[in-house]
Amino acid sequence: MSAIPRSDSHFDVSAWRADFPALRRTVHGKPLVYFDSAATAQRPLAVLTAMDQFYRQYNANVHRGVHTLSGEATDLFEQARTRLTRHINADSEREVIFTRGSTESINLVAQAYARPKLQPGDQVLISTMEHHSNIVPWQMVCEQTGAELKIIPVLENGELDMQAVPQLLTERTKILALVHVSNAVGTINPVRQICRMARERNITTLLDGAQAMPHLAVDVQAIGCDFYSVSGHKMYGPTGIGLLYGREALLDAMPPWHGGGEMIRTVTFEKTTYNDLPAKFEAGTPNIAGAIGLGAAAAYLQSLGLEAIAEHEQHLLEHATSQLKQVSGLRIVGEARHKASVISFVIDGVHPHDLGTIVDHDGFAIRTGHHCTMPLIKRFGLPATARMSLGLYNSVAEIDAFIPVLKKARAMLV
Amino acid sequence: MTTVIDQAQQDIVDEFAFLGDWTERYQYIIDCGKSLTDLPDEEKTETNKLHGCQSQVWLVADRDGDRLTFRAISDALIVSGLIALLLRIYSGRTRQEIASSRPWFVEQLGLKDHLSATRSNGLASMLQAIYQHAEAVSA
Repeated sequence: MSAIPRSDSHFDVSAWRADFPALRRTVHGKPLVYFDSAATAQRPLAVLTAMDQFYRQYNANVHRGVHTLSGEATDLFEQARTRLTRHINADSEREVIFTRGSTESINLVAQAYARPKLQPGDQVLISTMEHHSNIVPWQMVCEQTGAELKIIPVLENGELDMQAVPQLLTERTKILALVHVSNAVGTINPVRQICRMARERNITTLLDGAQAMPHLAVDVQAIGCDFYSVSGHKMYGPTGIGLLYGREALLDAMPPWHGGGEMIRTVTFEKTTYNDLPAKFEAGTPNIAGAIGLGAAAAYLQSLGLEAIAEHEQHLLEHATSQLKQVSGLRIVGEARHKASVISFVIDGVHPHDLGTIVDHDGFAIRTGHHCTMPLIKRFGLPATARMSLGLYNSVAEIDAFIPVLKKARAMLV
Repeated sequence: MTTVIDQAQQDIVDEFAFLGDWTERYQYIIDCGKSLTDLPDEEKTETNKLHGCQSQVWLVADRDGDRLTFRAISDALIVSGLIALLLRIYSGRTRQEIASSRPWFVEQLGLKDHLSATRSNGLASMLQAIYQHAEAVSA
């Protein structure tokens, strides 16, 4: 962790980069340039150390033993929850549930909140730009309940069709589930505005925040959503850990989802009573090291400052966008006015997979495919795109080095 | 005795030996892909589509007695290039020739990375489909 060194026009990112051991490796004999943080970010030393230290010194099960180690492990686990509660400005720790990731968080809401509530003919509203993890759980619950899935269209520039939203928020709409930042095209959605519209109509809101957390300072109370899902590994934390934020009144009224240890108060064969929040939704031994690692990731991001990260990434986004446009035949897919540093593009006559394979040989890791957003990619009439996603450790120099590699790949393929 | 399939593999390995760095190797595969004959649209069906490939791959096997002729194409050039190599090796062979062969050229060309099930370019799926066609004929 380091202070922010500034140069004239942008951050000198080398101090931040030094926090990420994986960035020192080479690929095919070339220095790794990691442009795939939207798939999963690299981890800073602070996260690796926190997890390593836990296993080396404090490993014990949480909330169970009276022995010292168990107490210390519980303290570390709950300190992580407290840190994350503050990180997203939830009202209390009871509103922050550890899950396996954003996908599990959304499934939890679909099954434990929506399924008991939805009636045949009710509607769940999502958008064309959702990740499959914010489509399939709703399709499943619609099949189970007879509710109907409705879709907010996406405009050619990658923004939500806001004009369509009022008509889609009907009396039958019970839930609005929307991505905060698009993992495929980078669009930052006007979530405060949409949550306000939903609230005025008594519609429950869930935001998929997986891709927002690494880029933006997220304040769930200011946004005004009912649920917010978080993935650890997209925000420089471990895989297999995430969060569900839920307003306490809603979580309290929900039945448990998974049954097992930890989530109970008393068990008899006649009747089991359930634990209070958040334990009610955390059956079984949790991913303790993961939670501690995620807490460390939040602390790391705070130490750099999310505003400073956003400023650096916006600079990268603008630079990359203008440089990519110099490549002949290249078209950027999704040019929303408010964007995070995620850029999808296609090159005329070039299949994205071929492009990804060739630039890999020069050390550049980009993602190619549908990015788990098949309906969105189809909406743009494409089978796939190439995606360059920039994280806090990427630099202008890396972008500049990418352009000739891209041109070379194009020359080989066209 | 060298079989026809082994000989076809050896020919490809020999051709690659003349190529320099990876750029030339990929350029060669890309050029093979560019010259591969496309399938007619009516054969690009869901049935003929191979799964396990991130790019789209369609494979058709025509049989004449024990002999199998393969035709295939992908929407990605590198994959089409790999298909072209596979067709040189396996198309027009008998099912016995295919079933008793081993795809050792993959390792020799340094394409082994492409074979692992977790790699998504589909070389493994294509090989599996070819060997399955050879077995299906015998059933």
